[in-house]
Amino acid sequence: MSPSALVEIRDLNFTYDKRPVLQGINMTFPKGRMVAIMGLSGCGKTTLLRHIGGALKPSRGSVKIDGQMMQDLDSAGLYAMRRKMGMLFQFGALFTDMTVYDNVAFQMREHTDLPEELIHDLVMMKLHAVGLRGAHKMMPSELSGGMARRVALARTVALDPTLIMYDEPFAGLDAISLSVIGDLIRRLNDALGATSIIVTHDIQESLKIVDYVYFMANGVIVAEGTPDELRACDTDFVRQFVHGEMDGPVPFHYPSGDYRQELNSQG
Amino acid sequence: MAATKTIRAIGHRIVDAVWRIGSATRFFILALLYSGMGFKRFRLIIKEIFSSGVMSLIIILVAGLFVGMVLGLQGYETLKRYGSESALGSLVALSLVRELGPVLAALLFASRAGSAMTAEIGLMKATEQISAMEMMAVNPIARIVAPRFWAGVISMPLLAAMFSAVGVFGGYLVGVVQIGVDEGSFWAQMQAAVDFREDILNGVLKSFVFGTVVTVIALFEGYDAQPTAEGVSGATTRTVVNSSLAILMLDFVLTAIMFRGN
Repeated sequence: MSPSALVEIRDLNFTYDKRPVLQGINMTFPKGRMVAIMGLSGCGKTTLLRHIGGALKPSRGSVKIDGQMMQDLDSAGLYAMRRKMGMLFQFGALFTDMTVYDNVAFQMREHTDLPEELIHDLVMMKLHAVGLRGAHKMMPSELSGGMARRVALARTVALDPTLIMYDEPFAGLDAISLSVIGDLIRRLNDALGATSIIVTHDIQESLKIVDYVYFMANGVIVAEGTPDELRACDTDFVRQFVHGEMDGPVPFHYPSGDYRQELNSQG
Repeated sequence: MAATKTIRAIGHRIVDAVWRIGSATRFFILALLYSGMGFKRFRLIIKEIFSSGVMSLIIILVAGLFVGMVLGLQGYETLKRYGSESALGSLVALSLVRELGPVLAALLFASRAGSAMTAEIGLMKATEQISAMEMMAVNPIARIVAPRFWAGVISMPLLAAMFSAVGVFGGYLVGVVQIGVDEGSFWAQMQAAVDFREDILNGVLKSFVFGTVVTVIALFEGYDAQPTAEGVSGATTRTVVNSSLAILMLDFVLTAIMFRGN
C-alpha cells in the first residue's frame, strides 16, 4: 500500500444471488483527497460503499483501510474502525425521534464521556459550520430536504472522522441546496483533513468539487481520471454520461422486440 | 401434479414458519445479551416505558372499566338464578385477575403498543436510520431493541394489574351502586375468595409471559420488515395477528399448568 493511500481496494468481486455485482474493482483513495464514484443507478456504487463500510464482505479480493483488511475484522474491530468513519446517507437518515441537537450529539454521547456542557459547545460548532445553529431545537420532520441533509452532514462529522462517505448526497435537492451541500462537503473535507468518497450520479456538481473520479458501469470501472481529464475524454460512455445524452452505450430503450411487429399484433 | 404442488407449497410454508421462529428466538437471545447498556442507562428504558406503557393507559383503563361493568351485569344475572348474588365480588375479581386482566390487557397492548413498535422500527429501517446507527459503531439491538423489550416486559404486568383494578371498580359500580348488591358481602366475598399466590401472582406471571412474547414479536417483525411501505404495513399486521394468537394459545397452556384440578 502506498503511504499516502487511506483506502485501497484490490480485485474486489462481489456476487449476490449468483449475479456478479462487482467485478475486479481496483481503486485507491489517497489521504486528504475527495474521490467520486459515479455511474448509473444499479451499477454497484452503493454496494461498493457498503464494502468500504464493512457492511458487506467481498466474494473475492480485499478492502484495506488504514492498513487493516476490513474482511478480517471481528465485530469489535469493525466497530472500532467505524468510529473513524462518517457516512452521509442518501436522505440523511436522521433519527426521527430526536431533535436536531440530539442527532448531532448522538455519537458524542454514545462514544465519549464528555460532559454535557462540552457536548453542547461541540454540537453548536458543528451546526454553525452547516449554518443551522438556530435550528437546533427543531425535529427532523420540521426540516426541508436541504436542511435535513445539512444536519446529517453535521452529524456525520460530529467525531471528526478521517474517512467520510457520502451516498448520493445531492439526490432530490433544489439548485441552491445542491451547491450549498457541494460547497460544504469540500470545505469540511479540507478543514478536517479527511478523505472523502462520494457516490453519486450528479455529474456536474461532483466534477466541481472532487479531485478524482471513477466511472462504473455494470459492476466494473469503465473510466477514471481527474475532472478535467474526464471532461476532455471522448469515450462513448463518458461522453454520454458527462453530457447527459439520451442514447449511446447506455440505450434509451429497455431491450424489447420489433416495434412495428408489436404494434401490428395489437391490431 | 396439482397435489404435489399443494404439498410442496405447504412444506415451504412450514419450513418458512420454522425458520422465522428460529430467527425470532435468535433475535430474542441477542436482545437479552445486549441488555446491559439499557440497564446502565435506565433513562432509555424509562423513555420507552412512557411511549409503550403510559401511552397505552387510557385504552387499558377505559376497556377495564367497561369489561368490569359487563361482568357485574352478566354475573349478577347468572348468580341471581342460584340466589348467590353476594358472590358477585368474587366472580368479578377472580375472572379479572386470573383471566381477563392479563389476556385482554395483553391483546390491547399488542394492538396499541406492539403495532406502534413494529411500525416505528420498520420505518427506521426503511429510512436507513438503523444502517446509520450501525455505521456510527452503535449496536442497534443494544440501543433500539433492548430498551423497548424491557419497557414492554415491565409495562405489561403493571397494565394488566391496572386493568383488573379498574375492572373490579366497574363491577362494583354496576353490582353495588346500580343494582344494589350488599356492599359488605361484595368486598368480603372477594377478599375471602381471591388468594394472593394462587390468583394474583399467577395472573402477574401470565401478563409477564404475554408482555415478553408480544414485545419480542413486535420488535422482531419491525426489525425483519421489508424496508418499503408495503413491507412495514404487512409487518404491523403480522404483529397484531401473531401476538393475539400467541396470547390466546399461551393463555390456555399457562391456565392448564397453573389451575388444573383446583
